[in-house]
Amino acid sequence: MSAAQTALDRVTRVPGVRGAIILSASDGLVVAEQLMDGIDGRAAAALAGSLVGRLTRAARSAGLGEPAFVQLRSEGGSILAAPGGQDVVLVAVAGPEANVGLARLEMLDAAGRFV
Amino acid sequence: MTDNIRSLTSRLAEEPSSLAFLELGEALRQRGQLEAAYKVARGGQNRYPGLADAHDLIARILSDQGDLAGAFDAWSDALRLDPLRTSALKGIAFLYYRAGDLLAAVEHLERAAESDPDDESIPRALARIRSEARRSAPGPRPPDASEPAPPPSEPVPEEPTNGAGSESPFGALEEGEHGLLLVDSNGLRLGGTLTTSAEGEMGDRVAAQLAGLSREAARATRLLGLGAWHSISVETPEGQLVLSAPTAETVLLAVRDRSLPMARVGLLAERAARAARTWLEREA
Repeated sequence: MSAAQTALDRVTRVPGVRGAIILSASDGLVVAEQLMDGIDGRAAAALAGSLVGRLTRAARSAGLGEPAFVQLRSEGGSILAAPGGQDVVLVAVAGPEANVGLARLEMLDAAGRFV
Repeated sequence: MTDNIRSLTSRLAEEPSSLAFLELGEALRQRGQLEAAYKVARGGQNRYPGLADAHDLIARILSDQGDLAGAFDAWSDALRLDPLRTSALKGIAFLYYRAGDLLAAVEHLERAAESDPDDESIPRALARIRSEARRSAPGPRPPDASEPAPPPSEPVPEEPTNGAGSESPFGALEEGEHGLLLVDSNGLRLGGTLTTSAEGEMGDRVAAQLAGLSREAARATRLLGLGAWHSISVETPEGQLVLSAPTAETVLLAVRDRSLPMARVGLLAERAARAARTWLEREA
């Protein structure tokens, strides 16, 4: 099993996580994905990539360095993102019942392995 | 790659002399693919050097990339080709505002308002910048006959206890306004301050990076069937950021160092958002 697939497996095993994607930070293209039916991986990757890029620029401008973890909360759940090395971002889509704390730890660990 | 970008790329490949580069460049810019957007726009500009739209597009991309001098030159070129171009006037006004030259920002916005009286964002931006200019002016301001005097019944604002200006959206917060930013949909700072030890006040620069963020977050959550967005939290090695939308037109940013747990930064952001909403309603 590839490192990417292992990372996706670990994140999607967290209760409430509906899927995960590894995308290229520079162009938002999908590198690997493991998603529930009904989630458009390409669109999710493009939007998450763009959002993380914008937040990275804002954080840098604020003198805070690179984001390690991002959570976008919404009525129906969260989009989680953990930028890793090698120009990749690990993104997960979580439902409202998800254990976000556990997902965060798995994602930070998995993203760290891409350095 | 989205269907729209794929289709525009095909159109441009089939007909390199078409103006599809304008749409494609803008679509790529909105997706945050700034390098690709720049290549497309530059290619189109080389083909159509007299087209103001091409210079305008390049200016927007350079502005997003943080190349403000390049953006200024490109918008100036657009204005040379089309002196009444509202987007270029607004763009240059924005750059002057960020540089702290409020007078030049107002002058350009006034020209933009004359050029497009239906653009409601221009009088709003003008009012904010004029208000800010008045606050930052040293000493008492001479009476201005062009502006109505405040009604005599208007209460005199109380001196804030936290050092923030009485006009601050966060004047009522005991934490003060440091590390809080309220930003409008155009990336202009409405209030708050954000300083770094290395570079001083960075509020305007960070505000500019947040232009369009609310729209982008809403698009992402809608497309993934997650409903309306509430907040964004960002962890970095140096600090914690929480963003929320006090209103549909504004974004609030709260920044604290790592010593404060993220959940407490979230609570601070909630209080600041309530204060900002109250302030915005009063200012409206």
